[in-house]
Amino acid sequence: MANTYTLIEAKTLTTSTASITFSSIPATFTDLLLRISARNTSTGGDCVITFNGSSSSYTNKILTGNGAAASSTAGSITGLDSELVPSSYTASTFSNSDVYIPNYLSTSNYKAVSTDTVSENNAATAYADFLAGLWAATPAAITSITCTPNANNFAQYSTFYLYGIKNS
Amino acid sequence: MAAGATYEPIATTTASGSVSFVTFSSISASYTDLILVTNCGCVSGAAALAVQMGTGSLDTATNYSTTWLSGNGTNAASGRVTSNSYLYIDARVVLPLSVTANAIIQFQNYKNTTTYKTILSRYNDAAGETVAGVGLWRSTGAINTIKIYNDNSNNFVSGSTFTLYGIAAA
Repeated sequence: MANTYTLIEAKTLTTSTASITFSSIPATFTDLLLRISARNTSTGGDCVITFNGSSSSYTNKILTGNGAAASSTAGSITGLDSELVPSSYTASTFSNSDVYIPNYLSTSNYKAVSTDTVSENNAATAYADFLAGLWAATPAAITSITCTPNANNFAQYSTFYLYGIKNS
Repeated sequence: MAAGATYEPIATTTASGSVSFVTFSSISASYTDLILVTNCGCVSGAAALAVQMGTGSLDTATNYSTTWLSGNGTNAASGRVTSNSYLYIDARVVLPLSVTANAIIQFQNYKNTTTYKTILSRYNDAAGETVAGVGLWRSTGAINTIKIYNDNSNNFVSGSTFTLYGIAAA
């Protein structure tokens, strides 16, 4: 049977970077999985994930645990949020995220996204986030994905791997 | 995870018209773990996403338990159900009326015949809740059939997709 879990593109940052984009995503898969290991160059700013260059029509529900309490937030936002370790955290620690996008080629359904993120630190407060995301723009195939910190830059050695998963 | 030949589609279904359930049967024993991915909605929201499994036939007895952590945008909560006749995947919330929910359900070591089976799940509906769950099927039987449905006998909407993948350790 065919290999259906395929690396589309990998990006490893050799210097601090303002944003990364996977463009021209092939239309040959069923689902996409974006795996992120990243850190912010300064004290704040999460990773914001957008599709096809759009910064509108995103909503989410987030469940967060910080080691002391659990909470939940929601919003209409400019992109889907993924936790980023700030520069104040223990050196060499990076956040870790899985972003799963089923049926990214659909032209009839909004895109429902699942994200799991952790930012362990072995020092100050760290976070685990579960996110339900929806991109409710006019349904169109996702052809590009952009990741941008909402403040500052991605740190050197941050990595971004985009996989395609096919159901046949 | 390096790209490899161990993440293979076993079967996939796209609902053409509304369907009440999807069953994967005669599941191959060639893998180590299973992953079921769905992108779905329900014709009536008054239903929770449910899963049963079995060896040869579905186990409909009260051999399932689920513990979950959920967030609805305002509150975080945790709950559990024991000795139930199916697994909850979505913390008993209502399903959306369009194909805007997804769930990723992992069945670890599904074919072993010595231990009960543990299931990890994630459910997402940006208009409802995000849920992380752990389930237990109290059976030492190998899983070779899985049913996904909702617990209020409502149908999935047309366009809902369901795919079962096999993960091989070697």
